[in-house]
Amino acid sequence: MLSLRDVSAGYGSFQAIVDVSLDVYPGEAVAVIGPNGAGKTTLLRAISKLIPASGRFVVEGRDYTSMPSHEVLGLGLAQVPEHRRLFPQMSVEENLRMGAFLPAARKNWREKLERVYSLFPKMRERRNQAAGTMSGGEQQMCAIGRALMSGPKLLLLDEPSAGLAPVIVQAIFDVVRQMRAEGYTVLIVEQNIHQVLKVVDRAYLLETGRIRNSGSAAELLASDDLRKAYLGI
Amino acid sequence: MTSISTSASFDGPSRALQRNLALVCAAIIFCVPFIQPGQYIIHLLIMCLMWSYIYTSWSIMGRLGLVSFGHGAFLGVGAYTGVLLWNYLGVSPWLGALAAVVVTALLAVLIGYPCFRLKIVGHYFALVTLALSEVVRLIIIGLRDYTGGSLGMTPRTALAQGQEIALGAMQFADKRIWLYLVLVCWLLALYVWHRVDRSMARLALQAISEQEEAAASIGINVRAVKLGLMVLSAAMTCLGGVLYAQYQLYVNPENLSGIGVSLQMVFGVVAGGMFVMLGPTMGAVFLLLLSEGLRLLIGNDLHGVDLAIYGALLVIFIIFMPKGILGTLLHRYDAHAQKRRAKVNAPAEASAAPATLSVLESRP
Amino acid sequence: METIFDIYLLEALCNGLLLGGLFALLSLGLNLVFGVMDVVWICYAELIMVGMYAIWWLHTAQGVPVFLACLIGIAFVALLGATMHQFIIRPVLQAEPINQLLVTGGVLFFLQAGATVVFGIEFRNLGVQLSSLNVGEMSFSISRLLSFAVAAAAIVAISLFLRKTFIGTAIRAISQDRAIMPLMGVNPARIYLTASALGGGLAGLGAALLVLQYDVHPAIGLSFGPLIFLICVLGGLGNLIGGFLAAFVFAQFISVGGFFFQLEWGYVFAFIFFIAVMFWKPQGLLAKRA
Repeated sequence: MLSLRDVSAGYGSFQAIVDVSLDVYPGEAVAVIGPNGAGKTTLLRAISKLIPASGRFVVEGRDYTSMPSHEVLGLGLAQVPEHRRLFPQMSVEENLRMGAFLPAARKNWREKLERVYSLFPKMRERRNQAAGTMSGGEQQMCAIGRALMSGPKLLLLDEPSAGLAPVIVQAIFDVVRQMRAEGYTVLIVEQNIHQVLKVVDRAYLLETGRIRNSGSAAELLASDDLRKAYLGI
Repeated sequence: MTSISTSASFDGPSRALQRNLALVCAAIIFCVPFIQPGQYIIHLLIMCLMWSYIYTSWSIMGRLGLVSFGHGAFLGVGAYTGVLLWNYLGVSPWLGALAAVVVTALLAVLIGYPCFRLKIVGHYFALVTLALSEVVRLIIIGLRDYTGGSLGMTPRTALAQGQEIALGAMQFADKRIWLYLVLVCWLLALYVWHRVDRSMARLALQAISEQEEAAASIGINVRAVKLGLMVLSAAMTCLGGVLYAQYQLYVNPENLSGIGVSLQMVFGVVAGGMFVMLGPTMGAVFLLLLSEGLRLLIGNDLHGVDLAIYGALLVIFIIFMPKGILGTLLHRYDAHAQKRRAKVNAPAEASAAPATLSVLESRP
Repeated sequence: METIFDIYLLEALCNGLLLGGLFALLSLGLNLVFGVMDVVWICYAELIMVGMYAIWWLHTAQGVPVFLACLIGIAFVALLGATMHQFIIRPVLQAEPINQLLVTGGVLFFLQAGATVVFGIEFRNLGVQLSSLNVGEMSFSISRLLSFAVAAAAIVAISLFLRKTFIGTAIRAISQDRAIMPLMGVNPARIYLTASALGGGLAGLGAALLVLQYDVHPAIGLSFGPLIFLICVLGGLGNLIGGFLAAFVFAQFISVGGFFFQLEWGYVFAFIFFIAVMFWKPQGLLAKRA
């Protein structure tokens, strides 16, 4: 569904990712793992066209390399950004509603809202609460819900476990499993290897901006590259 | 949101060029009276130098991003304090100037102090000074029993018939004295600008090297410096007001605290170049030429037209030539010189990119 | 003697309330634009002034009925706001804040001087005479009551717009987190344009209400422009509710201050009050945004 070929992007003269190529097939769950500073967030930003990048970007056979950032959602690529990035002074429901801003998504937004609430009952409880006052885990659920409101085909998750307690992290990855079951294609970028490799089919190892290795989750977990990348051994 | 930016390219040969240019001009102006050019030319030169002085004073704040749309307030305070003290209390304008500076400094602190803790420093400053200039104008008009209101007032004359100099009263009938006085003031203003610029550069470098120091302490240091510069700029402008009053021998709230004056200051400096030493001077000259030219084209009637044109030009300059005329020219001059130097020292030359070194952000 | 004194003070207080409604409307536009774009329209009052002239000219020179003239005026200023954004502010949106400041400053001066050239410096009156309403010993002009009612209605309408519509929600969202708006499929440039048109429209509405009560002349922007800004800063720039409350506080200063002294001094006192508050709470009395 999603293809990247020789993508490079960075900030100023610093190239955070170099010649990255990867694929995500429909219905899959794919992870991009790597230590801090590997360029994971840059990668997702490039995919959503938030930053300029060189290389080719293709989604469902359509080359969207030169598309402006606000049109990417219309292609079915919804991102849950790093640190959740909810609108802090708006209520949960308003945040979710913003997710359905796209004209195509607006049509039956109330239905979609209901589905998100049934997926995340906690959100229904807190529907009128200011998003900024919720706990990290609740915010993460809200952020995922917001991405779902646009009726996407591919979900991009940027470090969903960041800053969350282990118990909450479990819950979040359970949600990801649920997404998979519902038929969403998922691309997760994560530092927390063990949890994420239990949830995805395949994974890419990103280290200092380059793809070092890729393979099934099991393969990667056993590989030496992983140890080197994370522990420097 | 304000940053202290030192453009590395302005460390280039354009500095020396400006210094030499200033000295050459000063020398020429010094010699002018000896060729007996007539009162009008001397008057033009005086006006040119006086406004260059005032614009330069303004730009000390302006280049920090503290754009004042109401420096007319300080002009007005300076002018009126001097004249009022002289007319009603017989205080010499020299001392009156001192009093005016104190009042102005207080005003500057009053207006300026809160602004550093504000996110929208630049906007706050622009509009508060706009309001201040209005308030000063209203106060001058409100105290019409003393100030003559909108009709203005004149300093009580101290020159007896045929007398040329009344030193204590700061009144000189001989324009040449004014010329030299204003010339000195202009040179002093340039010197002050130069010293401020150097210390800004030093501060910026200091900030880089002191990365480990608590951000707050650097912040406070910067804030104190900014406040000091604000007081300096206001005080210098206020003195300009005193000079203006004593030279023109007439003050009027419109001419000094009105919106037109404040606009001209902003436009003049922007057009000339806010970040270079001779920029404000260039701006004063440019504006003088522009206003004379407009007067020839349109005649004396439509006063609003020149201001409208200044406003439109300000917009155009900001969009297309934000460095101003002189600023853009000097920037090209420096870049050109840099290229030449790079060719000569090709292998050994460390990269001296003319990048703007924008270092500090004042925290809210 | 005592009673009469109290009654007129009460009248001043009530007038202050009515004035506050108007100020609240005026500050709404400025706060909206700043909240969305981080740009202060320093020339906001001059936009209002232009609107006032437009309405005056339409009615007195072209014979257009007042109500229609007001509607056209509102649309005109909305268009002006959007145009100004598109051609003057957008080029400098990525530049340093100082450039945005100077650019809107330039527009301020251009509009003011331009108005002087086109219309002259005389005070122009719409020539609409509305009577007064008498409540006991106090009298309130109908035009002032009307403008309060309209302002209140407009504020309610805008609130509903911001809360209930998608675009309105996007406008509120963009001021809280600008960077992720594209992830919601929102084109920031369109939101800016919409907000600019809205800000202009509110200025136009303010112009309509003002021109009913006051004479217009080119420098009128100076008398309430900085005031609107001070109100916004007092309430926390970008904070719509804060601006709303601050508007009423300020209006009381002007009204009551003008009651005890000459009108000019009311303005001066409001300014002094503002400076005092700035020392105490520089982020504004109710600033939510840091």
